[in-house]
Amino acid sequence: MSITINGKAVDPPEDPRVSLLDLLRDHLALPGAKMGCNQGACGACTVLVDGERVLSCLTLAAQMEGRSVTTIEGIGSPDVLAPLQQAFVEHDGFQCGYCTPGQICSALAMVEELRRGVPSHVTGDVSSEAIAFSSEELRERMSGNLCRCGAYNGIIDAITATCRETAE
Amino acid sequence: MSIFDDAKQAAQGLVQAGMAKAVALAPDSWVPGGKPDPLIRQRHGAIGKPVSRLDGALKVSGKATFAAEFPVEAMTYAAMVYSTIAKGRITQITVSEAETAPGVVVVMTHRNAPRLNPPPAFLSESKAAAGDSLPVMQDERIYWNGQPVAVVLAETQEQADHAASLIRVGYEAEEAQTTFEAAREQGTQQSRFMGQPLHDEVGDAQDAFAKAPHKIDATYTTPRHNHNPIELHGVTLYWRGDGSLRVHDAQQVVAHTAYTLARTFGIDEKQVVVTSPYVGGGFGSKTLWQHQILAAAAARLAKRPVRMVLSREGVYRVVGGRSPTEQRVQLAATDEGRLTAILHRGLTVRTAHNVIAEPFILATRSLYGAETFLLDVHHVDFDMLGNTFMRAPGEAVGTFALESAMDELAHELGIDPIELRIRNEPEKDPISGLPYSSRNVVEAWRSGAERFGWERRNPVPGTVRDGGWLVGMGCATATYPYHRMPGGAARITLSADGRATLDLAAHEMGMGTSTAQTQVAADRLGLPMEAITFNYGDSTLPGLIMAGGSQQTASIGASVIAAYNKLVGELLKLAGNDSPLAGLKTEEVGSRDGGLCALDEPDRFETYASILARAQRDTISVEAEPPMPLETMHWSMHSYGAMFAEVRVNAVTGEPRVSRFLGSFDCGRILNSKTAASQFRGGIIMGLGLALMEETQFDERKGRVLNPSLSEYHVPVHMDVPEIEVMWTDIPDPHAPMGARGIGEIGITGTGAAIANAVYNATGRRVRDLPITLDKLL
Repeated sequence: MSITINGKAVDPPEDPRVSLLDLLRDHLALPGAKMGCNQGACGACTVLVDGERVLSCLTLAAQMEGRSVTTIEGIGSPDVLAPLQQAFVEHDGFQCGYCTPGQICSALAMVEELRRGVPSHVTGDVSSEAIAFSSEELRERMSGNLCRCGAYNGIIDAITATCRETAE
Repeated sequence: MSIFDDAKQAAQGLVQAGMAKAVALAPDSWVPGGKPDPLIRQRHGAIGKPVSRLDGALKVSGKATFAAEFPVEAMTYAAMVYSTIAKGRITQITVSEAETAPGVVVVMTHRNAPRLNPPPAFLSESKAAAGDSLPVMQDERIYWNGQPVAVVLAETQEQADHAASLIRVGYEAEEAQTTFEAAREQGTQQSRFMGQPLHDEVGDAQDAFAKAPHKIDATYTTPRHNHNPIELHGVTLYWRGDGSLRVHDAQQVVAHTAYTLARTFGIDEKQVVVTSPYVGGGFGSKTLWQHQILAAAAARLAKRPVRMVLSREGVYRVVGGRSPTEQRVQLAATDEGRLTAILHRGLTVRTAHNVIAEPFILATRSLYGAETFLLDVHHVDFDMLGNTFMRAPGEAVGTFALESAMDELAHELGIDPIELRIRNEPEKDPISGLPYSSRNVVEAWRSGAERFGWERRNPVPGTVRDGGWLVGMGCATATYPYHRMPGGAARITLSADGRATLDLAAHEMGMGTSTAQTQVAADRLGLPMEAITFNYGDSTLPGLIMAGGSQQTASIGASVIAAYNKLVGELLKLAGNDSPLAGLKTEEVGSRDGGLCALDEPDRFETYASILARAQRDTISVEAEPPMPLETMHWSMHSYGAMFAEVRVNAVTGEPRVSRFLGSFDCGRILNSKTAASQFRGGIIMGLGLALMEETQFDERKGRVLNPSLSEYHVPVHMDVPEIEVMWTDIPDPHAPMGARGIGEIGITGTGAAIANAVYNATGRRVRDLPITLDKLL
């Protein structure tokens, strides 16, 4: 069975040790997903698997058979940016740009989690179906994506500007 | 460094000191910056506008290519094995199993590594870039716990990682110097910074301290810090058939690195080409460490290209960080709060193999107008990985000590801490005696205090409570010097179609260099931004331009001014007698609307296209170097800021959180208000980490870092960071290119103290040992 990556069918690697991240970066020339720690601590490698955010460094490529993977390259291109990508540029939601693809992938899935009413550590009423779209909720839910340049304010602004309506 | 090298450094220091006196006394007009940059007057151009990053679309779509992402045919992937002892020698190293593992191309150890020269250590000479001067995998000696002892190259990363795990190393350990107290007992040494001793005396500070009616005497300690840019240190490189070395690196010193690699491999500097178009964060760490040298050595052995990406643990083993400090600050004051003495002395740690000691007294030298000073840094040498500069080396931790002590003094005197600082505002630099080029820190204090709502602060500690949280406010001064290193150069190429290309060996690590410099070039050349191409990140381009010391903008600025002036001269020659510009001198001419004009008669104008057409030229290209940076010996030049923190400390658990932060800056003219705000915020956030969480756990028994990962070395995450407000005076510095002083590092200065002072205001607990973790507040 093949893996679908950005809409294209890809054979799983022969070596079962290959992570999804290494498959993307080393085998498929898709370096948009970044390696920041290779141990699930930084979030730079975040991609979407069937719409859920996943740390590709902790995911074996072989596990992805029959699944659909979307990387930053599948979200928008420099000429046709997705609205959230454009908002990251406008709100300066990055400096060096290395954690950025992971932040964007993470944010897209996070907004869906909010919309579905998945509670977080800071959600007051966990039985409530609607979760307030607050800075605190966004910051809590994005805390798995580190940014050493400290573009956190811009990232939250970009997500707020783009996704508030979708999430509520 | 040998004793000889230390002596050489001392001698250079003496020459510099002599020259400094002469430059201080020279007339302003003889000194670079004596005549203000004409761009300072121009207020309607691209400079200052909140232009979005020009490389933004590439970065948000994953299309900006970083060092470890360049595709090369026949690539091999590298993995390393690191020493587990701090000092001694390798007695045996078994590689046979690794060599026969699937996919392995080469296993390199000291037994088969190519013979290399020791690399020159950073700052030991002008173009040196290496973290230390130790030989790289040349013999069985071990100098630090974590030193690379073997490199595996294989067809895939998985194969390399597996093979590396099969290598067995036996050691004979020797007694290593890895404990602070033992090293101190063996004696400390005078530290130096850029050749000059880190020691200053004005008057008799000991005597003034003894006689003062009010005094503070406290010791502050700061831990080791490790570099953690999110991009791992990685390199893709290969040797060409002609013996040249091509390096795709993550770099903040491309030209220095090309030179140092050439020296190490014994080849000509021009045979090494280092490029680095995008860097995933640097902060002082993206220089030359052993991994690039080892990758190049292994590539030579394998005759194949190599990609080496350090693991996160590898970054802690191979890339140096900030050294710990122990600082004693003594302040003496009159009843009115006038400082009569500042004594700031202490100890830090370095290796014997580099020239870098954490210079934590730098900020103290020029911040307050005390009557007497005694400042000193001494160090001890450890058997450890070469320490290095990390964002605001010296100032980041030095201001924590000094500005905490100022807060303690304010409480002792019963004076508002902002008022205490304003009362001690100096007329001129208290140590060098030089006039300030531009200093508006009082304005930054006043406007910041108003915006932050400082008047709402209750000066009595531990009295404001919001539910289960104790709430407090604190403040501190931020400061970072203006630097401009020698060696800048720029090339400007103007073409008849009205486009200009700027070439400089500068760097973009997220500061927004290419964007801000395109704005500046557009204004300087009188062209739209779209007509400017800014090339950088390539060691073959002109200039020795370090992205460090917050000096890159000044270095580029001065280089481009020099090239621009030369360009104008050449264009006037080409224009000849038939041009409306005929008879004008270079200094009488400026640019507007795609051409040159007389400064006091803008209608005397001719376009670049017209000048070039008449001369039958398609392009004109000039290259020039700026004068030596003597302005820093003629004026005391510094960026300033007033930092305000509000913290909440959990009354039960002691957990400290920063709930509000404001930085009010005085850094000269701001070139791009959007990217500048991000740099200020980024520095403040790193300062928040320094205040509350960052600490390298160094096992003094083994000399080994115990927390080499982002899960155990804590950096600020989204949830730790409130909305951070930044504002600035935007008053141009008349003596700096574009009127702009550095902004890259100042954000991390003062922040630690502002937060510590707020914690004191919230709880009544004075924490003098960073980081301020909850156990210290229970």
